[in-house]
Amino acid sequence: MSTPVLRVEDLTVAFAPRREPVVGGVSFDVAPGECFAIVGESGSGKSVTARTLLGLAGDSADVAATTLELQGKSVLGNRDRDWRRIRGRQVGFVLQDALVSLDPLRTVGREISETLRLHRFGSRVRRCERVLELLATVGVPEPELRARQLPHELSGGQRQRALIASAIALDPPLLIADEPTTALDVTVQAQILELLAAMKDRGTGLILISHDLSVVSRLADRVAVMRHGRFVEQGPVTDVLTAPSHPYTRTLLDAVPATHRKGSRLSGVPAPPIDPVAVTHARDEVLLEADGLVKHFRGPDGVQRTAVADVSFTIGVGETLGIVGESGSGKTTTAQLVLALLAPDEGAVRLRGAPWSEATEAQRRPRRREISVIYQDPLGSFDPRWTVRRIVEDAVPVESYPGSAARRQRAATLLADVGLAEEHLDRRPLLLSGGQRQRVAIARALAPEPALIVCDEPVSALDVTIQAQVLDLLGDLQRRLGLSYLFISHDLGVIHHVADRVLVMRDGGIVESGTAAEIFTNPSDPYTRSLVASLPTPAPQPVLGGQS
Amino acid sequence: MTVNVAQGLVAPTAYAAPNGEAGRRFRPAVWLAALFLLLVLAWAVVPSAFTSESPFDTDVEAAIQAPSLQHWFGTDASGRDIYTRVVFGARSSLLIGTGATALALVAAIAFGFAAGLGGRLTDGAISRFLEVVLALPGLLLALIFIAMLGPGVATEIVAVALGSAAGYAWMVRGQVIAVRNSAYVHAATALGHGRSRIIVRHVFPNAMRPLVVLATMGVGQSIVWASSLSFLGLGVAPPAPEWGAMLDAGRDFVSTAWWLELFPGLAIVGCTLAVTVLGRHLQRRIEGRLT
Repeated sequence: MSTPVLRVEDLTVAFAPRREPVVGGVSFDVAPGECFAIVGESGSGKSVTARTLLGLAGDSADVAATTLELQGKSVLGNRDRDWRRIRGRQVGFVLQDALVSLDPLRTVGREISETLRLHRFGSRVRRCERVLELLATVGVPEPELRARQLPHELSGGQRQRALIASAIALDPPLLIADEPTTALDVTVQAQILELLAAMKDRGTGLILISHDLSVVSRLADRVAVMRHGRFVEQGPVTDVLTAPSHPYTRTLLDAVPATHRKGSRLSGVPAPPIDPVAVTHARDEVLLEADGLVKHFRGPDGVQRTAVADVSFTIGVGETLGIVGESGSGKTTTAQLVLALLAPDEGAVRLRGAPWSEATEAQRRPRRREISVIYQDPLGSFDPRWTVRRIVEDAVPVESYPGSAARRQRAATLLADVGLAEEHLDRRPLLLSGGQRQRVAIARALAPEPALIVCDEPVSALDVTIQAQVLDLLGDLQRRLGLSYLFISHDLGVIHHVADRVLVMRDGGIVESGTAAEIFTNPSDPYTRSLVASLPTPAPQPVLGGQS
Repeated sequence: MTVNVAQGLVAPTAYAAPNGEAGRRFRPAVWLAALFLLLVLAWAVVPSAFTSESPFDTDVEAAIQAPSLQHWFGTDASGRDIYTRVVFGARSSLLIGTGATALALVAAIAFGFAAGLGGRLTDGAISRFLEVVLALPGLLLALIFIAMLGPGVATEIVAVALGSAAGYAWMVRGQVIAVRNSAYVHAATALGHGRSRIIVRHVFPNAMRPLVVLATMGVGQSIVWASSLSFLGLGVAPPAPEWGAMLDAGRDFVSTAWWLELFPGLAIVGCTLAVTVLGRHLQRRIEGRLT
């Protein structure tokens, strides 16, 4: 075996005022042409580990290690000047969000050539050639044009490619990619992963930081599972992901809503007993009907664009309708139309056979209790001055619960239903974790005793184990209360897991619809097919190159 | 029926709100500012408790005397005790400062909310009007108003309020629009809450939040403006004690009798500074708690 590009032994990182190290004694190495992945949830210490390898842990960080070697040369005790020589030349760094990582006022070409210039690469002309060469390597179409454009003029995928181009400008033997595909749509994500796989094949050592096990299974040769700053498990990707030895890895794997696990529980929490009498399965009864919805918006440039184009669907009682699509496909606008927070330009929404979108707000108000909403960002949907208790109490209808004592009691019951403890009631949502906030949002959505809950990306901002808990909670509530859901997500795995029927949206229109099984086993539309191809599969299959 | 469906809930983590903690830290400047303001407030309420002399008693024998044990801040051209006049001047300065700010806020809230909540036509009309007013310097507006109605405490309050109301109104409008389009107002609408209930419960308190801080600092600004107008002879008429008017009266002696200018000047600067320090402190507290 050739010398590893990177050797780390017993790396510890602590931040000054806190005793507990953020990274506590991790050891690994990366060989040329190998991809080593670190998976973990937010706060596990994976990003700090990555930054430490570039000397970017910050001034307050206390870094210690037995060995920390880049290409056989120790970098322990390096000063900032030494690190600057290493960054870009020996280690390339790809960050999550290319829009904020690229200077908005500098053309993409200058951004890339800056790295070259700093490391005194060739002449000006040579640098220009190299930039075009790099852009072509990472698969940016029309490199000459793109090099002259500003970051916001490029699509998300192209920006990420440009960022990778600047990271590999000097052909560093080691590339660190911190959540390189998280902000991207699934189809673009697949292309970026292919690009990284090609880098790996050319002999670049790769450290992939991700929370997404499907990304890891596609690219990594070896993987370490990180939790509370430590590696709980480390080994070849096929072993760890198919036969995990640590219970936490098991939990993580179980939490992923993969195709083979529809209908099963994702979190380790057992399902609560359900009173069979209370469950109604009258799915033939139509609850909500959308017919030929069209919505236009006028952009800041005055150009009118169609957000929703001729969208029709029905939602039955007790049914979950999933809408899946990439960013900008019109999913959220559709949700706003269903909630009657926006009025359609054409078409109509009917609720229980009666006009909904065409009714006046005064007629609608008493019936608004029937439809609730859960947003992606629960914090923004709470009045920042209010405590959890007040947020939920405010949603309890006065007609059903007259008197403040009754409403208080009801709010407490609801919060217990979503699994929040008494101690959370008098806190402000700001002091709760992401999962807890989403539980408060669910409790509020349940308060009016709705028939339908519109869930707009309710789990997108959550870690996978928390996502599993929230999805299970929503499932339990549906079975118990006979709720219908309009479930919107960009994540096919999630949609497949929760939905009875699925609509696939693209550019404001529906490209395909059918039962979840139909869509996922036999997609007819080419776009749907490309989406389904990116779903996590039961066994990790390193489909993209590599030498595992 | 209560079913706890999620025993697997993650343990609550104590997330520290960094600003909140910073807000609770002991800050000597804040304490000093609060003490100074309390003192000035006491001067304004019961000036006679702080001095045995009258602010109007002239004594030609004792004209233009430097600070001494008998006259702490010295005496002016008419032999009046400067310390006594500074103490008695607090009332009109504070009255104009707070009165003008309060009046400006009332007008700003009325205009801001009408623009932010009204239809496109109302908003357009009010916005254009505010833009025109904002295009004129505030002090100029105040001067025009006083020129029309003549000097006096009441006119001065209205004039200073007039000069600052448009700026506040513009901010209120922006806040109202931001809150109106926030996710929590949408969520409340989706819950079926009525428009007036949403305005009272969400839009009003949240739109007013940043205004509290701005208004606190605005009091300091108003005190300076009031003094400026008095300095120009357009505010409180002499011989009534007023800090700005005192500065004006001492102007001719500035090279020989520094105390005529220093003490009223210090009072103005001290008040403005104290109010601003407290305003900033308030801002830190509120932001630490809510953002």
